[in-house]
Amino acid sequence: MSILELRDVSIKYITGDIKNVGLKETIVRKLSGKYHKKEFWADKHISFTLEKGDFLGIIGTNGAGKTTLLKAISQIMVPSEGVVTVSGSVASLLELASGFDGDLTVKENIYLRGAILGYSKEKLVREYDNILEFSELKEFEDRPFKQLSSGMKSRLAFAVASYVEPDILILDEVLSVGDGAFRTKSEKKMREIINGGATTIMVSHIINQIREMSNKVLWLNKGEQVAFGDNVEELCDAYSMFLIDKVLPSSEEEIKTFAEKYRSIEKENEQKEQNEKKDIKH
Amino acid sequence: MLQKIRKHKFLFSELVKRDFKKKYKGTIVGMGWSALSPLLTLLIMRLVFTHFFGSSIPHYTIYLFCGNLVFSYFRDSTTQGMEALSSNAPIFTKCNVPKYLFLLSKNVESLINFGITIIILFIFCIIDGITFTWKFVLLIYPILTVFLFNVGVGFILSALRVFYKDISYLWRVFTLLVMYVSAIFYSTKTYSETIQKLFYINPIYTYITYFRSIIIDGVIPSIEVHALMLIYAVVFTSIGLLIYKKYNHKFLYYV
Repeated sequence: MSILELRDVSIKYITGDIKNVGLKETIVRKLSGKYHKKEFWADKHISFTLEKGDFLGIIGTNGAGKTTLLKAISQIMVPSEGVVTVSGSVASLLELASGFDGDLTVKENIYLRGAILGYSKEKLVREYDNILEFSELKEFEDRPFKQLSSGMKSRLAFAVASYVEPDILILDEVLSVGDGAFRTKSEKKMREIINGGATTIMVSHIINQIREMSNKVLWLNKGEQVAFGDNVEELCDAYSMFLIDKVLPSSEEEIKTFAEKYRSIEKENEQKEQNEKKDIKH
Repeated sequence: MLQKIRKHKFLFSELVKRDFKKKYKGTIVGMGWSALSPLLTLLIMRLVFTHFFGSSIPHYTIYLFCGNLVFSYFRDSTTQGMEALSSNAPIFTKCNVPKYLFLLSKNVESLINFGITIIILFIFCIIDGITFTWKFVLLIYPILTVFLFNVGVGFILSALRVFYKDISYLWRVFTLLVMYVSAIFYSTKTYSETIQKLFYINPIYTYITYFRSIIIDGVIPSIEVHALMLIYAVVFTSIGLLIYKKYNHKFLYYV
């Protein structure tokens, strides 16, 4: 049985004059016909299934509907059409820092954020010291969160989040945070969770990360599903070609030709580089 | 359902803790304000209004106290509950948590304040020489119904607040109006009987009257008053829950 199934999922998004508009403004704009409520489909007819242990990389340019889709899978949003079937627990790390409160201390924040992530009290009591140690904030335990530097904040946010034990892990470009040593440490930790058997869905703009980690790829463009499959290399190559040409493949055949085209360009570039090196040597 | 509640129990307690800590952070007397603030209000009202109404209303201090007690609980619970969704928007737009927990968390806080104030009221009753009867047990009924009523209003307001920001300003004016029509510092006895009955349209007045009737007069209010209190509570909670259920998934577009 598949762990996650999306069947013909479409998500309608509402924007326009609806945010932070006062009562008076709404009435005035409605009366004068200037009230703009724009509806658009952030995702259209997305369908795919994932098995246990899969790693899905989602690629696509800005506004492709990647984050919206992640929100639907995380059950933060409800799809306007279609069905999302999840069998298991979901941990969505869309934004590591959401839930932290500036006025509370580091200690209080670890508990609060942990609870938001769905940790049990026992687990937090057990892992509290580890979290503190991982974030390297031992001596700041009783300091208010707002007094921390931004680097410390992201370290803490990552440390709390890194104890998730979900069936499905959702990452929105948060494989690693911080700088230098912590970057390596956090990426290692995240890989541990992924290799621990969690089915993972990751959005990333770093195509090499997708190539390296995914066994399946979903390509979105302006809400449309361009491709989904386990031909990771081919899809990544075709996507890279799309980034150069800005032409969308319309069939599986075209994906293949796009990928080949990209590979030949790559080869040319490599040869050019080698020739240049030779020239320098001579 | 039960499993769900157990799962969210920890999150709920953490949210309550957060709201408490945030409220009293940086204040010297901390939670003491829960006790001090109604006392100060009472003191001011006692000084200002005794001259006008004090002589004609028996146990005027207790009379004022009952009115303030219920009204403050209503005002605090609803004004804070109103912000529950919009102030927690950064959380529920990024994490899958049940949004009603935010509202309930704010309500727990004002309920505890309400409890503290009731204890102080009882201390005042002893000082004022009021005899405690078994009827005091019945006060559970207004406490329960006014709690439900406030939660219901909170659900309605917090949803409206997401869609229209000015609700908070309107509500401030509205609660002022409620204060004046709730007979907190005056008596309705000087009005004609029809007008006296009209006062019961106001749920807050109805709840206040129950407290006064039991504590000061030692009389159990009529069955109609009981029914009315329950109706207010049930109607407002139902409307609140319906609105929440209907717009639950739309909030995130608006914040």
